[in-house]
Amino acid sequence: MKIHEYQGKELFRKYGVPTPRGILALSPNEAEAAAKTLATPVVVVKSQIHAGGRGKGGGVKLAKSPAEAKELASQMLGMKLKTIQTGPEGQTVHKVYIEEGLAIGQELYLGVTLDRASSRITFMASREGGVEIEEVAEHHPEKILRESVDPAVGFLDFQGRKLAFGLGLTGPTVNKFVQFCSALYRMFMETDAALVEVNPLVILKDGGVVALDAKVTFDENALYRHKDLLEYRDVAEEEPRETQAKEFDLAYIALDGNIGCMVNGAGLAMATMDTIKLVGGAPANFLDVGGGANKEKVTAAFKLILADPQVKAVLVNIFGGIMKCDVIAEGIIAAAKEVQLKIPLVVRLEGTNVEKGKDLLRNSGLAITPADNLRQAAEKAVAAIQ
Amino acid sequence: MSILVNENTKVLVQGITGSAGSFHAKQMLEYGTKLVGGVTPGKGGTDFEGKVPVFNSVADAVKQSGANTSVIFVPPPFAADSIMEAADAGISLIITITEGIPVNDMIRAKRYLQGKSVRLIGPNCPGVITPGAKCKIGIMPGHIHKPGRIGVVSRSGTLTYEAVHQLTQLGLGQSTAVGIGGDPVNGTDFVDVLKLFNADPETDAVIMIGEIGGSAEEAGAEYVAREFTKPIAGFIAGQSAPPGKRMGHAGAIISGGKGTAGEKIKAMEAAGILMAASPAELGTTLQEVVKRGAPKKNR
Repeated sequence: MKIHEYQGKELFRKYGVPTPRGILALSPNEAEAAAKTLATPVVVVKSQIHAGGRGKGGGVKLAKSPAEAKELASQMLGMKLKTIQTGPEGQTVHKVYIEEGLAIGQELYLGVTLDRASSRITFMASREGGVEIEEVAEHHPEKILRESVDPAVGFLDFQGRKLAFGLGLTGPTVNKFVQFCSALYRMFMETDAALVEVNPLVILKDGGVVALDAKVTFDENALYRHKDLLEYRDVAEEEPRETQAKEFDLAYIALDGNIGCMVNGAGLAMATMDTIKLVGGAPANFLDVGGGANKEKVTAAFKLILADPQVKAVLVNIFGGIMKCDVIAEGIIAAAKEVQLKIPLVVRLEGTNVEKGKDLLRNSGLAITPADNLRQAAEKAVAAIQ
Repeated sequence: MSILVNENTKVLVQGITGSAGSFHAKQMLEYGTKLVGGVTPGKGGTDFEGKVPVFNSVADAVKQSGANTSVIFVPPPFAADSIMEAADAGISLIITITEGIPVNDMIRAKRYLQGKSVRLIGPNCPGVITPGAKCKIGIMPGHIHKPGRIGVVSRSGTLTYEAVHQLTQLGLGQSTAVGIGGDPVNGTDFVDVLKLFNADPETDAVIMIGEIGGSAEEAGAEYVAREFTKPIAGFIAGQSAPPGKRMGHAGAIISGGKGTAGEKIKAMEAAGILMAASPAELGTTLQEVVKRGAPKKNR
């Protein structure tokens, strides 16, 4: 689960990670009032969307007066902000965060996330702050310092010092940085975060260490034990169909093609999308109905797929293992009737009781195109819309 | 022979009285798996299906049933604890089916297993099956398998079934099929399983099925290039997946431009693995690579 920068900073403060003072604003007037309250010569007006690259996209700007803050806020609120992470359609800005301007000496990068190869939480730090860390990682991997955390003892002070000296920090700033890292680790663990990124982390001219940005995402599998964090969820930032899918416990991701897919199993679902692409089509979605797909779930999945106006044909690919094909076929037929399916439906069933399942589909009175294997199914779906 | 599980495997089901645990325990019994016990705290002393004794703890179960392998169906909040309990009780192979275990729980569990002589498979995996020994441990449909000499290792459940089914249709049986699971923190990776297949005299060739996210496939390819001596076919799911979107499995995500299907396919091809263009060609690709023979080693 992703959250906004202002929410991430709220958590930072709770755990003692230093941040600039800031106030959330939902209107230009609130932005002006916030700038007055902060009373610094310069304030920063920051669009709050769940995507990075806001600065380059024009979503972060400096204001030298409360009036200018109001003006900038009125430009940003309601606009479609396009960044490298939002895709070409952009993301509507509903909130701005007004933050005090600080005397910045140096911009660094600090990130905390899982290193899959070692199965440990890893700190990554770099002098190249404020820029795309992915680019640094690709072209200058030696510029990224890493410290891997032993879960038995947690993040240790000496690891913080290693990072600090590696970054070229000196004097009292070193210990401030170590405390910053320790606090960040405590927050990471206690909130079951999946990623905490501070880009940039700034060293102030007075030697202070402050998080100028906060990108925080949480491990969805651990949210059951963090009811308080669920309040941070912002449904306005999510694709509406993806939100709906969650309610039915379906894994759904909207894509931009026109062939809707319904598959059991995540790997097979991806492989189905790949095959559609391979034979010249474009998948409209990723959808995993899971291992225990029943009629209700299949119906919900159909409704989701058909809610996408771009969908011109539907491809169902089910490998009935423990689930029997005849039961799945009954579910497909009932669902197709309930949603009054009008576009071509290609079904590929395989596994237990496959013949019974195919018979049911044939005798259903519905215009269902059967397919014997995955490639044929994809070809038939592509042909159906041409 | 085979890898990981065989006719001497005595299985314990942790979470045997839950809905998933009891359903699949029955299926395993029907297949012929030597199910010697179940564990559900508080239900010790009862029995399952009139023939499998249920114990309060894994330690009790091991002492009284001689189990050496455990399969875990315990719900996510308690699954990591169950893994550590099994390791503490001296179980040597722990197969975790449970999907949705928090990452931090798995990090701790994996650290706990360090230095103990135990192997963890999964979590979030379909399990392990050796058809020739009638040993099915997990949730895979038993009837699509056939005893034989092809090894299968995969990160994805239904794609494994797809591969196995195609092999069986072509008359190619399986020595052992291993699902290593779709989570970012898992116990056993491609390299571990490929090493076992390489050393198994009853495995002639292998299919390796990966997906986007992480770098386990690249590590596997590196190992294949270096040491693997048998014909090997491969497939990567997620060539059409957009970056930044988690494709069902917690581990299947392209982040920071890393973990793409393209990179993995390139690494695997470079290692001499014959890649299937589509999942409909998993079986025929294996057939083709067997015809060509093992990749040459430049040693």
